Amino acid sequence: MERDDLIEYSLHGHHSEDEGKLIRKKIWKVTILLTLVTIIEVALGAYIKQSSDIWPLIKWTFVVLTLLKAGYIVMVFMHLGDERKWLRNVILIPYTLFILYLIFIALWEALAIGDAWMTA
Amino acid sequence: MASHSAELDKETLWGGKESPFQTSYGKLMMWFFLVSDALSFSGLLVAYGFTRHDTMEAWPIGEETFNSLPFLGHGYPLIYVALMTFILIVSSVTMVLAVEAGHRMDKKGVVKWMIATIIGGFFFLGSQAWEWSHFIHGSEFGKVELADGSQAIVKGHFGEIESFTVVQAGTHYKEGDVIKEDLMHTFQHAIEEGNFTNDELLKDKKIILHDGSIATMKKKKDEHLKLIIKKDGKIHKVGAEIDGKKAEDLYYTAALSGTPDRVVYGANLNKNEYGPQQYGQFFFFITGFHGFHVFSGVLINILILIGVMRGVYHKRGHYEMVEKTGLYWHFVDLVWVFVFTFFYLI
Repeated sequence: MERDDLIEYSLHGHHSEDEGKLIRKKIWKVTILLTLVTIIEVALGAYIKQSSDIWPLIKWTFVVLTLLKAGYIVMVFMHLGDERKWLRNVILIPYTLFILYLIFIALWEALAIGDAWMTA
Repeated sequence: MASHSAELDKETLWGGKESPFQTSYGKLMMWFFLVSDALSFSGLLVAYGFTRHDTMEAWPIGEETFNSLPFLGHGYPLIYVALMTFILIVSSVTMVLAVEAGHRMDKKGVVKWMIATIIGGFFFLGSQAWEWSHFIHGSEFGKVELADGSQAIVKGHFGEIESFTVVQAGTHYKEGDVIKEDLMHTFQHAIEEGNFTNDELLKDKKIILHDGSIATMKKKKDEHLKLIIKKDGKIHKVGAEIDGKKAEDLYYTAALSGTPDRVVYGANLNKNEYGPQQYGQFFFFITGFHGFHVFSGVLINILILIGVMRGVYHKRGHYEMVEKTGLYWHFVDLVWVFVFTFFYLI
């Protein structure tokens, strides 16, 4: 039996020619931004030695720039920014919590093991 | 996004009529799959971080390890990986343009941008094949264990080997034979096996070929030879850099010593010339797992492209299948952004 009371969410994505123009403009802007960030990262990586004093700062810069790139890919390219707020939250919050915990526990443990090797 | 909720009786919203996320089943499930896949990749990268932090040996540095370009040789730190990253970003952009064209029911546009995406995917896979091949075969010098027990990676330009001249016959070659083929391979194999005569002076050292014959070597001089110590020995400590005549003496004294396994060339799962054993294993596993995602992404894109060309989605009234495969493709790009930072840059 064909049901006529279901909502076809797949049609929600449709937009007009004019809206399309604006969306394409945004896509190209993000492209340029992602390319620039990658160029900056490579330049920093190639010219600043890991033995240098400011390396910890560079390392954190890499992490921030990576999260920036990831944010643009997820929010704009994957349209998560246009989805309902709670769809966004259901995807991002559990993942973030779990991964932050995993990073914390793994690196903490690794440093402890490293110290144990040193003093052994 | 249009909302239908106003037309509905509020009491029945959760009665299977309206999704609280206002999105189709397929798209929701694609997102849930991507979250679980993201957990797998995070697990791999965190394991990499764990190993890197608990290892006492010096970990390889990205710009020292990946500094080659096809046809141009070495001396281009990270450029090749940056190029791969750029290819993947561009193919992500063409994918999002295909999705946008689908939202306007522009079939031609979808076909055009999906073909561009698939070409980008093949370019990335080809680049990765070259990188793997380069990683596995390694440099001409390899990683050397010096006489004091320290280990060093070697930079510089390898002087070409011109010929071997047999001075003592074996089962295959006769005295006076001049060999001009497969020289580099023979040379590296002899170093790995320790097949050199034990003359006191470096310049008198002769190579023992696989048939037992002994030959002298004619080789051009190496240029800009530099040793970078990666593991402490009795004399040389991690981080020290040795160049010039001293580097040459240290390197060839060790390499031609006649003891096997003093030099490691390239990489496999047991050993590699770049750093600790786990480094090679993580390289193969992480980039391999990602490369497999790219490969399956290309295949799925091709299947969807065929559907688009046959007009399946146009008839259906929407191009959501393109949007769903697009989500997967962007995810592959997203993972690479993290691999690029944590494997190559930091």
